[in-house]
Amino acid sequence: MIDFLLNSPTVMPLIFAGLMGLCMLIYAIMDGFDLGVGMLMPFVGDDDKDKMVSSIGPFWDANETWLVFGIGILLVAFPVAHGVILGALYMPVAIMLAGLIIRGVAFDFRLKVHLEHKHIWNKAFFAGSFIASFAQGYMLGAYILGFAEGLAAFIFACTVGFLICAGYILIGSCWLIIKTDKKLQKRAVIWAQKALYGVIFGIFVVSISTPLASARIFDKWFTVENMIGLAPIPLLTWVFVVFLFVFLRQMPFPKDQWNWVPFAATVGIYVLCFQGLAYSFYPYIVPEQLEIIESASAPESLLFILCGALAVLPIIIGYTIYIHYVFGGKSADLSYD
Amino acid sequence: MDSLDPLLLSRIQFAANISFHILFPSITIALGWVLLFFKLKFNKTGEEAWMEAYRFWVKVFALSFAMGVVSGVTMSFQFGTNWPGFMNSVGNIAGPLLAYEVLTAFFLEASFLAVMLFGFRRVSNRVHTLATVLVAVGTTFSAFWILALNSWMHTPVGFEMIDGQAYATDWVQIIFNPSFPYRFTHMMLASGLTVAFLVAGLSAFRWLRNDRKKSVMLAMITGVYMAAALIPVQIIVGDQHGLNTLKHQPAKIAAMEGVWETETHVPLLLFALPDEEKQMNHFEIGIPNLASYILNQDLTIPIEGIKSFDDAPPVAPVFFAFRIMVGIGLLMLVVSWYCFYRLHRYKNTDRLGATALACMTFSGWIAVLAGWYVTEIGRQPFLVYGVLRTEDAVTDVSGSMVGLSLIMYLILYAALLAAYIGTLFYLARKGDAVKAGAKLEQDGHIEPKPKKGGAK
Repeated sequence: MIDFLLNSPTVMPLIFAGLMGLCMLIYAIMDGFDLGVGMLMPFVGDDDKDKMVSSIGPFWDANETWLVFGIGILLVAFPVAHGVILGALYMPVAIMLAGLIIRGVAFDFRLKVHLEHKHIWNKAFFAGSFIASFAQGYMLGAYILGFAEGLAAFIFACTVGFLICAGYILIGSCWLIIKTDKKLQKRAVIWAQKALYGVIFGIFVVSISTPLASARIFDKWFTVENMIGLAPIPLLTWVFVVFLFVFLRQMPFPKDQWNWVPFAATVGIYVLCFQGLAYSFYPYIVPEQLEIIESASAPESLLFILCGALAVLPIIIGYTIYIHYVFGGKSADLSYD
Repeated sequence: MDSLDPLLLSRIQFAANISFHILFPSITIALGWVLLFFKLKFNKTGEEAWMEAYRFWVKVFALSFAMGVVSGVTMSFQFGTNWPGFMNSVGNIAGPLLAYEVLTAFFLEASFLAVMLFGFRRVSNRVHTLATVLVAVGTTFSAFWILALNSWMHTPVGFEMIDGQAYATDWVQIIFNPSFPYRFTHMMLASGLTVAFLVAGLSAFRWLRNDRKKSVMLAMITGVYMAAALIPVQIIVGDQHGLNTLKHQPAKIAAMEGVWETETHVPLLLFALPDEEKQMNHFEIGIPNLASYILNQDLTIPIEGIKSFDDAPPVAPVFFAFRIMVGIGLLMLVVSWYCFYRLHRYKNTDRLGATALACMTFSGWIAVLAGWYVTEIGRQPFLVYGVLRTEDAVTDVSGSMVGLSLIMYLILYAALLAAYIGTLFYLARKGDAVKAGAKLEQDGHIEPKPKKGGAK
């Protein structure tokens, strides 16, 4: 088994590409909801602000770790691609990091500083969340186009930036539907509906422009057998979107039933979009430039990491579930007492 | 804009980032264990003051942790954005060590931190104590992996180079490389001292403001005793670390001691102005023979001078940083032992001791930074000693871009540092706000009074 893993030139790189993709997906879902909640902060009063922050307080830190892990795998398993990607995205990465820094510390500062200064950190929390989300979307857009330059590419990347913001606000609203009640929950339902429009528009734009921008992806999508084979992805995506659209209009239900459904449906949309992207990029790790297989690290080093990852990931998932269990239910005021 | 050198700017940027970052792990590594100590004391004695101390310092921990996380995330990206050559050539070694840090430490601390911070009312006292243990263990694991990698960059072993890329041959050798045990111990103790002086200093600040309730005194005693106990150990370990460096990186020692010519009977320079151009020192003040004695215990064994190395680090920064580190260490010895004496003998401190402690609240930071400058600048011009030169690893992103991001980071870090220090003293000033607290119920669960408003 080990010999097979070490000797086959394709197995390890593919495992790690999959693992990295999985981390990025988990990151987008997990940190997505807390970034989304951050972007909704300016729309509510001070009490609700505290409630919203409380709903993500115990989780954001671990959520962000998925980004470090995903980037870590890219760094470790595909060092050349890591250099190319992060070199091409130098400024957006720096800006995203500034956003993540600002919002990460604003979480803590806003409750420790003098009350007079709290509003500054509230604004910082919103600004940081927005900057980080937009920069992530921008990077995804630039990545889709293989880091092409020019005005059209810039506009496209900005559009994806707003799409990701809408996507994060959607999943953030769905999170609040689970974690809050009464008035705030009703508002969250409305936010989710509005964000869904943004997501629909965004998916539309990306689906149209991606094959137009890349001849390779166009060929890949529009051969007869692929059109039939791939059809479930867009079809299922629209099923989820329409379902979510209809379902949100009925919310909230008596006794707060099915409050988790919008969140689950949004996760479904995320997974499907991710599928679509992953399929389109394969076998490239840097679109049109670097293939997964040719840019992977030494298999011995990858095996060493894989052993650790397989041993530790179930434990990580285990205590992540535990933390969500401990801090389950409606968000209460968090305090150190 | 071509005059902007991406190498220099990238070095400044990484130095700024890592200097900012290390401040916070230096606190969280040891503060986690101090919090555990408070918690265990509370569990054992049931005395409310211990829990008050815990609740105050857990806030400092949370804030420091957040600062450490965000600056750490930034660093993980900067490897790729600014030093692509590092991963290209030694990625097979550095990658797994970084991955293990994330896997074994990051997730652990980040998850259980939530229970530790907000879990009082949600889990049993026992689980809460366990969460405190796990967070403390997590921060220490983190330090373990990072210092393993950093030490490997100083004393690389257990690998072979094939076509300019390092391939691991022996992971045990790589992790437990020759300088690792010394560096790890030295850094753990440095973290202990940083926290000891932070805890004692902030408590002394409260004492000076007549906030002398039991929890403040307990924290001060903990800090002072810890400092008094750790500093002699640190001096011995530091000396051993130096001897280890002499064996593996003699050029660094030459820079630390300001020795230009290879000679015997080397004096210990208390002060000098190293001159890189003329390759000599001005205004030397030294104690005859002492450097030779400390390094070799034999005055006749020659110490190699800077001139005898083809690749030597810049002398002045290493020379001065070393003196700052040692100077603060000695100051720590004097202050902590004086305050220990007062606290032990009179069960209280005096104004002199309290003022000294308050002034030294962040002295650990300065010593930690100075120490890291010694070891990291002392490794130049290499990134991985003898294997990879810093200039060969730098990005080909333009200098102006790096300059722009550098300015952004510097402004951000300066603002955050000011906010952090300001908030710590603000928390100390309004100390009574943490007065509201828990009482121990019969079943051992914590049943706190609800606190008004606010998360975290």
